[in-house]
Amino acid sequence: MGDTRSSVAVKVSGLTRRFGDRTVIDNLDLEIRRGEFVALLGASGCGKSTLLRILADLDHDIDGEVLVSPHRGVAFQSPRLFPWKKVWRNVVAGTANRRDRARAQSALDEVGLSHRANAWPKDLSGGEAQRASLARALARSPDLLLLDEPFGALDALTRLKAQALVADLWQRHRQAVLLVTHDVDEALLLADRILVMDAGQVAHTMGVRRQRPRFAGDPAFDQSRLQLLKWLGVADGATSRSQLQ
Amino acid sequence: MPATSTPLEGRNRPLPARPEIIEVTDLQRIVPGRGKSIVVPWGIRKSLGPVFLAFLWWYATASGAVPEDFLPAPSALWSALQELYTSGDLGEALRLSLTRASIGFAFGFATGVGLALVSGLLRIGEDLVDAPMQMMRTLPWAGLVPLLIIWLGIDETPKITLVAFAVCFPLYVNTFAGIRNVDRNLIEAAKTLQFNRTAMVFEVVLPGALPGLLVGLRYALGSAWLALVFAETVNAQGGLGYLITHAREVYRVDIIILCLFIYALLGLSADLIVRLLEKVLLSWRQGFEGE
Repeated sequence: MGDTRSSVAVKVSGLTRRFGDRTVIDNLDLEIRRGEFVALLGASGCGKSTLLRILADLDHDIDGEVLVSPHRGVAFQSPRLFPWKKVWRNVVAGTANRRDRARAQSALDEVGLSHRANAWPKDLSGGEAQRASLARALARSPDLLLLDEPFGALDALTRLKAQALVADLWQRHRQAVLLVTHDVDEALLLADRILVMDAGQVAHTMGVRRQRPRFAGDPAFDQSRLQLLKWLGVADGATSRSQLQ
Repeated sequence: MPATSTPLEGRNRPLPARPEIIEVTDLQRIVPGRGKSIVVPWGIRKSLGPVFLAFLWWYATASGAVPEDFLPAPSALWSALQELYTSGDLGEALRLSLTRASIGFAFGFATGVGLALVSGLLRIGEDLVDAPMQMMRTLPWAGLVPLLIIWLGIDETPKITLVAFAVCFPLYVNTFAGIRNVDRNLIEAAKTLQFNRTAMVFEVVLPGALPGLLVGLRYALGSAWLALVFAETVNAQGGLGYLITHAREVYRVDIIILCLFIYALLGLSADLIVRLLEKVLLSWRQGFEGE
């Protein structure tokens, strides 16, 4: 008996998305293999979030062909927890059994939040809420995780911890991940493959083959960063070491 | 060059040693205090006003300044209460009034919230429902009484209809606004979690609209009593309003005032129920609760 599942989690060909007469995504092709961690970099307004929204089935006004795994988990820049549900009920809100306390507990365990299961979302800190949101995506046991700048609103220290958590979770579950970000270091720390988006297309691709866990600061890392920054149109990499706006 | 280093000009300039007079005329003095000197318990503070009014009332009637048949003394009200209670008139009137209010309220609630859901959730529903509802909302429902009597007669139906009518609109308006105020981001999050339509309504839209709905509920309960008073005094066949009309005919001011007190108490307890509901149902909410 062979594995009947397709070998890719995402297959996009000839995707175009227009807002009025402005073309945000222009005849884009993209393939994400199962278990592959892909980071999508780009300046603001380059269409990277639009692409993620299309893959998340939130935007259907498109031309072209989009095939995407039905078992998806999505986490946004803001946690978007339902404020009227306790944390654990939020976590299992997207699963078949919404009363499965055990499942909620194990998903919360994975993000180190099991002690907050009974809290209201309003009582969580920013980092905790973002982890709860991640747990909610994970509780669906997705083949594909779509992350839209999930660490963008966190403070620098919390962001580092959250990135390490995502790296760790991915090593354990090996679901395909598409991480939309504008943080070059984050992409280099987490991804197998980095796509740089520009003018509605994937303008550049960089494979990252370094061992995990990775650390910022070794010479290869710096070289890759300079290359990415050049692609992103930031001439002097030193002026914006970690973040592009 | 001197052997000892001289301090840099301007950076380490020594402060004048202990000036004789320090100018403090433009500073504010924080006066030390001991907090509040007398702490009055909350309950006593809140009841001071009403107790004072009751005392005035008692004094005005007991001293004879106000004649008994204009405003009876508090004690007269008490004996009127006992009289009505033992004769069973009060119990019967309360039962009738409460039944009317509850049935009317139930109909009005179902209609108001139901229509708000239709026009809140569906674009086509809004086009069909919202404009007529907003037009009818401006109609003063008290003016409907003559029409309701012609259409529905003089038994229970017109009274219940009037209450339902009064309840329906505040609930509709506030629930509709509540639905339209639900965070789009949460709707999207629910879509990515593949909520079906039922889950979308009961787990996202309605909880999100609940604060608005409860505001509507509060207004609706207020209107419900008002409508009941109208319906019962204009066209009375039993109930608190009938007691009042009857008392007017036999010139019993004590019974009229007693019934008004009971109306007030009923309205107050309805308000308390909504407050309690808000506390229980909205405990998830992050709002400013006063200092």
